[in-house]
Amino acid sequence: MSESAVVLNSVNKWYGQFHVLRDINLDVKKGERIVICGPSGSGKSTMIRCINRLEEHQQGDIIVDGIPLTTNLKNIDDVRREVGMVFQHFNLFPHLTVLENCTLAPIWVRKEPKAQAEETAMKFLKRVKIPEQASKYPGQLSGGQQQRVAIARALCMNPKIMLFDEPTSALDPEMIKEVLDVMVDLAQGGMTMLCVTHEMAFARQVANRVIFMDQGQIVEQNEPNEFFLNPQSPRTKLFLEQILH
Amino acid sequence: MTLSYVRTQDAPKLPAPASSAGFLAKLKDRFAPTPLSGLGTLVIALLLGWAIWSIFQWAIVHAVWSAADREPCNAVGAGACWPFVQAKALQWVYGFYPIEERWRANTVFLLGGLSMAGLLIPRVPFKGWNALFFFIAFPIISYVLLTGGRFGLEAVGTEQWGGLLVTLIVAITGIVASLPLGILLALGRRSEMPVVRTLCTGFIEIVRGVPLITVLFMASVMFPLFMPPGINPDKLLKALIGVGLFSAAYMAEVVRGGLQAIPKGQYEASMAVGLSYWRMMLLVVMPQALKVVIPGIVNSFISLFKDTSLVSIIGIFDLFNIVQSGFNDAKWASAQTGNTGYFALALIYWVFCFSMSRYSQFIERKLNTGYTR
Repeated sequence: MSESAVVLNSVNKWYGQFHVLRDINLDVKKGERIVICGPSGSGKSTMIRCINRLEEHQQGDIIVDGIPLTTNLKNIDDVRREVGMVFQHFNLFPHLTVLENCTLAPIWVRKEPKAQAEETAMKFLKRVKIPEQASKYPGQLSGGQQQRVAIARALCMNPKIMLFDEPTSALDPEMIKEVLDVMVDLAQGGMTMLCVTHEMAFARQVANRVIFMDQGQIVEQNEPNEFFLNPQSPRTKLFLEQILH
Repeated sequence: MTLSYVRTQDAPKLPAPASSAGFLAKLKDRFAPTPLSGLGTLVIALLLGWAIWSIFQWAIVHAVWSAADREPCNAVGAGACWPFVQAKALQWVYGFYPIEERWRANTVFLLGGLSMAGLLIPRVPFKGWNALFFFIAFPIISYVLLTGGRFGLEAVGTEQWGGLLVTLIVAITGIVASLPLGILLALGRRSEMPVVRTLCTGFIEIVRGVPLITVLFMASVMFPLFMPPGINPDKLLKALIGVGLFSAAYMAEVVRGGLQAIPKGQYEASMAVGLSYWRMMLLVVMPQALKVVIPGIVNSFISLFKDTSLVSIIGIFDLFNIVQSGFNDAKWASAQTGNTGYFALALIYWVFCFSMSRYSQFIERKLNTGYTR
C-alpha cells in the first residue's frame, strides 16, 4: 500500500447553521488522480478548498503530505507550499506579466534567485505551450491561455499535490480542450491531482477514482468505468442522467 | 422558401463609413445637432467670451505694469496692479526668512525638486536610491538647513518661515505622511482583529467628523493645555501633524474603496501560492487597489494642497496668509491690490493642482495593463 498524500478524517464544516461538509472521509494516495463531481452546492469546492486551508474545517482531521492542518500558521504555510491550486476564474494577478505571475511566489516565498525562478517559469510555460506569451499581461490573453498560465504558476512552486476547482467551467467551449490537454499531460507525469470537474471524458481518461458528492457528503466513489457504467446510488444515477443526456 | 443555405462567396470587407461628410457637417454635429442645443452652444459661447474678455481687459489691457508705489493702481479704471506682485514676489516665496539665508531655502527647493522629478518621471533610473534620498535623507537635510543652529548656520525659527516654502512643506509632508498612514488605517479598518479594527475605525470617523480648522485649533491651542508646563512643541510642527493625521483619515477611506474593488479570488490565489498577509498586501492587493483609486488619491492630494491655506488661521504665514498680509502694506494698499493678489494666488494654486491632476492621468494611462474583469 502506497503512502497517503491527503487524508480527510471525519471532516465536518458549517457555514453558520448550514452543514456544508458532513463526515467526509477520504484517503488520496500519492500519484492518485481523483475527479470529484456532484450537483452545485454539494460541497465539492468547499472540500478541496479545505485541503489548502482557503476554508477552515471545524471538526475532524485533514493531513496533507503528513502535515496536519491545524490553527498552527507554520503548518498552513508548509501545506500551501506542497499544494498548488487552479481556480475556476483563473485569478491571475492582472498587474503582473505572465512571467511575473509565475515567479512571484518562487521569489518571495521560496527565496529563489530571480534568474532561476524565471528559468523554471519558462520551463513550465513551455510545458503549458505558451512560452511566447511570457511578457504579456493576463488581460491580453484568452481564457484558455489564462488558465494554462494559472496552471504554470501553480507548478512553479513545485507542488506535490494539485487541486483543480472547476478549471474549465468559465471557459468558452473551444478553449476547454487546450486546458484539459495540459491536465492530462500533468496526470501522465504522475502528479497527485484532485479535480472538481464535470468533464466526464477527462475523468474516464485519467482518473483513478471518481467521487460523487451530494448535500455535503461523499455519496459514491468508484473507478471511472464502473462509476459511469454501473452507478449504485439512485442520486448518482439521476445526476449522471442529467449531465450525460 | 428554402431552409438550406451555403455561402459560396465571402461578403466583402468594407472600410468603416466616414462618421459624417466633411468639416462643416462635423461642426454642426458637435455644436448644433438640434436648433435648441445650437442655441445653448451660442449662449455658453457668449458667456465664456464675455468672461474671458473681461478678465483680459482687467489683467492685460487696463493693468498697471510698472509703478514705484500704489498711486497708479489707485487711479480710476485701473486694472490689475502687477507691480505689487513684483514687489512682493520674493516675500511670497520665502516669507520672513532672512534675506541673506535664503540660499538655504533655495537649496531645499532644488534638492526636493530634483529628487521629486527623478521619482515622478518613469524613465529616470535609480528609483530606489532616489526614493531613499527623498523620503529619508531629504527631510533631515531640509530640517537641518532650514532651522539652522548647527554646523555654523544661523538659527532661523519656524515663525520666520513663510510663503510658498511653508505651503510646500505642509503640503508635501501631508501628502507623504498621509498615504502610508492611510493605507495602514484602511488595512486596520478591514482587519479581523477587533481591537485594531475599532481603533482604526474610531480614529477615521472622529477625524473625518471635524473640520480641519478645528483640528488645527486643537493642535495649536488646546494641545499645550494638556502638556506639562514648559513643553510647547513648535507651532509649525503641530500644524504638520494635524494636517498629516487629518488627511490620513481621508486617505484611509479612499484606499478602503480600492481594497473593496479587489476580488476575493486575488486574495485566494495569493494565499494558495503561499504568500503571507503582508506580502500579499504589498505585492498583489495594494498595487491593484491603489491603481483603482488613483483619481481619489490625487483628489485628496489636491484638496490637501489647498487646505494648507487653513494653517493661516493659527498664525502661520503660508502663501495664502503672506499674500493677504501684503494687502495692508501702506505702500501698496489700493483698490486693485486685493484683486490682483487673490488672482495671482489662485493662479499659483491652480498651477500646482492642475499639474497633479495631469500627472495622475499620465500615470493612470501608464499603469493600464488592459485587464478587464
